[in-house]
Amino acid sequence: MPGDLMPGDPMPGGPAQGRVPVHDRLFTADGHLLGGRCGTCGQHHFPVLRTCPYCSGAEVAEVALSDRGTLWGWTAITAAPPGYRGEIPFGFGAVELPEGIRLITRLTEPDPAASSFGQPMRLEIVPLHTDDEGRTVVTYAFAPEAG
Amino acid sequence: MATVEIAGVGIHPFGRFDTTVTDMGVDAVRAALAEAAVPRGGFQAAFCGTVYSGVAAGHKVLGALGLTGVPIVDVEAGCASGGAALMLAAGAIRAGQYDTVLVFGIEKMPKGIIRSSFFEPWREEAGLAATPAYFALRAQRLMSESGVTKEHLALVVVKNRRQGVQNPDAMFREEVTADEVLASRVVCEPLHLFMLCSPNEGAAAVVLRAGSAEGRGRVTLEAAVLRSHLPGSVLGEATPLSGLASDAAPPPTTLAARAAFEEAGLGPADLDMVECQDTDAARELLSYEELGLCPPGGSAAWIADGHTEHGGQLPVNVSGGLLSKGEPLGASALGQVVELTAQLRGRAGPRQVPGARVGLGHTVGRGANASVVILKGSS
Repeated sequence: MPGDLMPGDPMPGGPAQGRVPVHDRLFTADGHLLGGRCGTCGQHHFPVLRTCPYCSGAEVAEVALSDRGTLWGWTAITAAPPGYRGEIPFGFGAVELPEGIRLITRLTEPDPAASSFGQPMRLEIVPLHTDDEGRTVVTYAFAPEAG
Repeated sequence: MATVEIAGVGIHPFGRFDTTVTDMGVDAVRAALAEAAVPRGGFQAAFCGTVYSGVAAGHKVLGALGLTGVPIVDVEAGCASGGAALMLAAGAIRAGQYDTVLVFGIEKMPKGIIRSSFFEPWREEAGLAATPAYFALRAQRLMSESGVTKEHLALVVVKNRRQGVQNPDAMFREEVTADEVLASRVVCEPLHLFMLCSPNEGAAAVVLRAGSAEGRGRVTLEAAVLRSHLPGSVLGEATPLSGLASDAAPPPTTLAARAAFEEAGLGPADLDMVECQDTDAARELLSYEELGLCPPGGSAAWIADGHTEHGGQLPVNVSGGLLSKGEPLGASALGQVVELTAQLRGRAGPRQVPGARVGLGHTVGRGANASVVILKGSS
């Protein structure tokens, strides 16, 4: 999609660029996903919480999650779910990251027949809809790795 | 510890009605109290399972009947709300706190995909609050890991809809063919519309009493267990945004089933029938495996060879299941208890499972919450 950003690009934060993330605690400044890493058990989670959702540890470090992973499960959503204002259909799935976690995410591929288990995937930041102030609201999605 | 007896049951049919949720509750409660021959002032506490009925919903039902004054506790545990209410009531009776407790569940839900305050607004806005999509991911994993095909999923719907024809309290009472199921529109691949249950309306009530297991027609509650999920899985009814790349954590249904079998001193081999959560067709097959009814990976063979048909070795959802009845969240678990009680008393008419002595009811949903109840009839 034209105008979509790749991780490493400056984050599309701020009204100045006319793009706003759908939630303010999803991305790092350079457009990676903002996750948590527990100082006690070492497990990662997303979105970042104040406490570890595995061991209750209170020392959670904010970390940039890997922008590459593999496809673990997928489907497509064909009717707008409650509260959703974007386009349909869209892909929905689970991507496994090298950190040892699975993320529930939008997928850029809306055709279930086009995907396969273990397929290499890459993070993209994609537009959802235009808000009442004319800004493009963006969120995270995973796309098939090119090549 | 006291034996907990099912003293009476009542149901308001599941479907779509002009009736208020309070009036549906009144109908179910009156029927259960009448069957149990409980006089005014004859129960010491009430637990009401509901999710969408608002503030003090249980009080409104008992207020309409002039039966307030006792403790009335509304219990929200998603699809397992009725099971949670039953657990609390049974525990109080076993502990000697009460002798007779009224348990009821009520619900009146909007059509379509259930909107839930569980999801933050941004998650809805991003399209990540799509519960059926989680079910679809889980169905896909079941298909890849247990050899389940779309045809197996269709067979679950065909079975439950056929069985629902005989249930006057069900919402859908027409049979469907596998071809019709597979021709219905795809909601989230691999799940088609006919493979998903409908949220709807209804009420059910159960009177529990400290009693004896002896006597003709007696039905006892041998176990009533509620469990939540362990952290880890991205696929469960907990619907998280991330989880571990591991399938080691047992799902809440397995936790609840193990505890319930232990509480009852029974095992899967002792069961004569099961009413299980069939939110979607894959959920029923997964429930066979998670409840420990069949070996891991064995659910496809079970549905294919008729093992769980009425007349099979272990009939499942002879009431028609949620696929026929629809799912009024707060009432669905108690609706299963109403069905199991009728069966164990030998009074289920054309749905009767011959000689049924032990039955299991299972619900699982938002939270995640999973409940398992085991009922036993006297011969």
